[in-house]
Amino acid sequence: MKELLKFLTCGSVDDGKSTLMGRLLYDAGLLFDDQQEELEKGPTDGSRFEYADLLDGLTDEREQGITIDVAYRYFTTKERSFIVADTPGHEQYTRNMAVGASFADLAVILLDASKGIKTQTYRHARICRLMGIKSFVFAVNKMDTVDFSEDVFKSVETELMSLSENLGIDELCIIPLSAYDGDNVAKKSERMPWYDGPNLLSYMEGVKIDVDIPCKDFVMPVQRVCRPNADYRGYEGEIAAGSIGIGSRVRVLPGNEYAKITSIIKAAEDKETASAGSPVTITIDRDIDISRGDVITDSETLRKTDSIEAKIIWFDDEPLDLNSSYYIKLGTCSVPAQVNEISYLEDASSGEKQKSEKVEKNNIACVKIRISRKIVCTKFEELPALGRFLLINRVSNATAACGTIVSTKEAGTNLTYHATDITKELRSEAMGQKPLTIWMSGLSGAGKSTLANAVETAMHAMGRHTMLLDGDNVRLGLNNDLGFNEDDRAENIRRVAEVSKLMNDAGLIVLTAFISPYQEDRKLARKIIGKDAFFEVFVDTPIEVCESRDVKGLYKKARSGEIAEFTGVSSPFERPDNPDFTIDMSEGSPEDAAALLIREISKKMK
Amino acid sequence: MKTELVSKTHLDRLEAEAIYIIREVAAECEKPVMLYSIGKDSSVMLRLAEKAFYPEKPPFPFMHIDTGWKFKEMIEFRDRVMKEKGLELIVHTNEEGVRKGINPFDHGAAYTDIMKTEALKQALTKYGFTAAFGGARRDEEKSRAKERVFSFRDANQAWDPRNQRPEMWNLYNTRIAKGESMRVFPLSNWTEKDVWQYIMQENIEIVPLYFAKKRPVVCRDGQYILVDDERLKLKDGEKIEELSVRFRTLGCYPLTGGSLSEADTIEEVVEETLHASASERTTRIIDKDGGSASMEMRKKEGYF
Repeated sequence: MKELLKFLTCGSVDDGKSTLMGRLLYDAGLLFDDQQEELEKGPTDGSRFEYADLLDGLTDEREQGITIDVAYRYFTTKERSFIVADTPGHEQYTRNMAVGASFADLAVILLDASKGIKTQTYRHARICRLMGIKSFVFAVNKMDTVDFSEDVFKSVETELMSLSENLGIDELCIIPLSAYDGDNVAKKSERMPWYDGPNLLSYMEGVKIDVDIPCKDFVMPVQRVCRPNADYRGYEGEIAAGSIGIGSRVRVLPGNEYAKITSIIKAAEDKETASAGSPVTITIDRDIDISRGDVITDSETLRKTDSIEAKIIWFDDEPLDLNSSYYIKLGTCSVPAQVNEISYLEDASSGEKQKSEKVEKNNIACVKIRISRKIVCTKFEELPALGRFLLINRVSNATAACGTIVSTKEAGTNLTYHATDITKELRSEAMGQKPLTIWMSGLSGAGKSTLANAVETAMHAMGRHTMLLDGDNVRLGLNNDLGFNEDDRAENIRRVAEVSKLMNDAGLIVLTAFISPYQEDRKLARKIIGKDAFFEVFVDTPIEVCESRDVKGLYKKARSGEIAEFTGVSSPFERPDNPDFTIDMSEGSPEDAAALLIREISKKMK
Repeated sequence: MKTELVSKTHLDRLEAEAIYIIREVAAECEKPVMLYSIGKDSSVMLRLAEKAFYPEKPPFPFMHIDTGWKFKEMIEFRDRVMKEKGLELIVHTNEEGVRKGINPFDHGAAYTDIMKTEALKQALTKYGFTAAFGGARRDEEKSRAKERVFSFRDANQAWDPRNQRPEMWNLYNTRIAKGESMRVFPLSNWTEKDVWQYIMQENIEIVPLYFAKKRPVVCRDGQYILVDDERLKLKDGEKIEELSVRFRTLGCYPLTGGSLSEADTIEEVVEETLHASASERTTRIIDKDGGSASMEMRKKEGYF
């Protein structure tokens, strides 16, 4: 069975788009008998045959004024099946071009060799890129009008390379061709012996489409719950990334509960595994309240947020209203949202950014959006399925805009990192030590602070420059705005990790003593601090011991219900999978434990 | 149980896309219905609906708009299949049209308007369906080539080709106001070849009329029309012949021409189709009335 390639063609009418498609179908032997006959007979009036006329409808539609929309065509060669979205080229039809681009894996952008790159070449490439296309073919047409000159082609090619670099296009093929005569369309041109690349058709038949997305984890937005009877509860959805097998451990967001996969049905058949792109129905081993819009995943980094920054293309005749609420449809989730800031408008051709109070039809803009509740989403580049969305007008129900997420946090988007003359390496050298963060996690009362204190005392005696960050101390100051629910705990840890990183940059050895109960948060801390400077210590003192110590009387309060969400009692502690050092602090002196730990650090961090 | 192969074929991708669309409708639309025309595309759509929800049955009824002029074999097939699968079937006929004696021989284009377009609108209004699945494909006809997967219809059930909702990625805007509705085409991106290959791959049962068999036909305007019942009146010079014919599309028997063929197995039918050069709808007379824009006109009026 053949692979499918979806592509779009863009370029203005004058660039020879229809001629190219007509010629391609002719050369590939894909015309119907009657069309072939018509072609062989030739026009009766002695004029030259127009391949464009083969594309039933196009001319006719132009007269009717409905070329404005995308048309889909289908053809199959020996090597591959193709679906072409033929998109209009004019600026006022940007939205329709975006529709075609959102559908395609690859873009074929036409230009006229004699005219070189025009602003619309930029606009087409930019919109395709914005919609997520990674592979591009630039068809430099009408080479016959420039005498098949290699020099002309080379200069266009150089310009196209710099355009591609500009837009972050890394998969591209630039082909010189003459669509009318068929040069480099489906066979190699003899009139351009200097070109040794592939012809258009053979390139399209062979090109590998990079479907690789950065997200390797299993992600499935729940489309629908399947309940044929009281005993069966399955979750229907299409796998957006990664793969899954029976027995896999998964997390359900936004509730953040864990479960194991017990069965997988793909298109009415039982399977042991399933991977991205498959429509499945899965069951899990626990009774969790899951509904449409939730996400089942094995990712520990996927997060929920109510605040995103995104690039949008405005579709609606009614301009963006900052005081109106829209529905955002993202994945399988549909909730109210409001655009609360227009960061800038982006010129589709030049890419120039300008401040604006308004976003109107066919504008590309970068905006900040506040969603009415936290939903699971990511940057578009990370995982397209959870990084793209529609905005729907709540009164007219019109699809007002589409967008792709640039970042999922409000802050930090207009900031750039400034390099300083004194680097962290120089600072570390001056202090004569390698900076490090020793991250201690464990239950309340496990002895984290005691151990951290003993380690710091020992290091200080060795002449090391250290800093100890203790849970309560940080919460009394820097983090006194945070509570103890899951999100606040995550933010608490994120800030501590950022502070640790700054102190490491200053050359210090940092010791942290935080319960840090969630795997996801510790993983994030490791990411912020950098794995080479991160040393994870698990203070694995049994809960009975911790509770019997109860230095601060907290366990007692938690048991009586006076404190909600207390780790180990009413809130879970996820044990580290593979810590660098584990120690039980129920017996032995803190000094001995500290000595063991320091020996381990010097062994591992050499 | 099998471990799934990672590479996805062309049919895998089309199947996944169709299932996704069908599930979106079931999850988001208030009162969906699947139009079941008994043809091969409907048979494929029915299979996809079963796959989308298994082990549950499709959570919506199926509806057939019966003009009263369908091939007899189609009706038998419809009733048997629906019963075997235990699915809910609604059959709707424009009774007023029947009373007025509207028929394909005497009323031409008006027949289609009254017995199909009008009948469909009546039925959707009568049952209050807010979304109706249809098996139309974009490769069938040029106005369909431009239609969205989720095709919005106003309160008069009309399609406005100049004002279609932009459709991005797999994000479908299913929101409608009271009285408005959606037509949804899960097979939009399938070609006729894909449909046949899928029927073969999945071993889907289809109406025997698709296979060549000696049948009583009369040649009229260059088309072989099946003499399915006594309502077909012979014109001067016409005679009934027993010829081996099969049908590439199924509809009302007086309006559906058969083609001469010996292909009586699915493999042969697929083989013949893969090498066919005349586009599929040339055997369906309905699109020819009123020239090339006729389908677009019908769609604007609410025909599928």
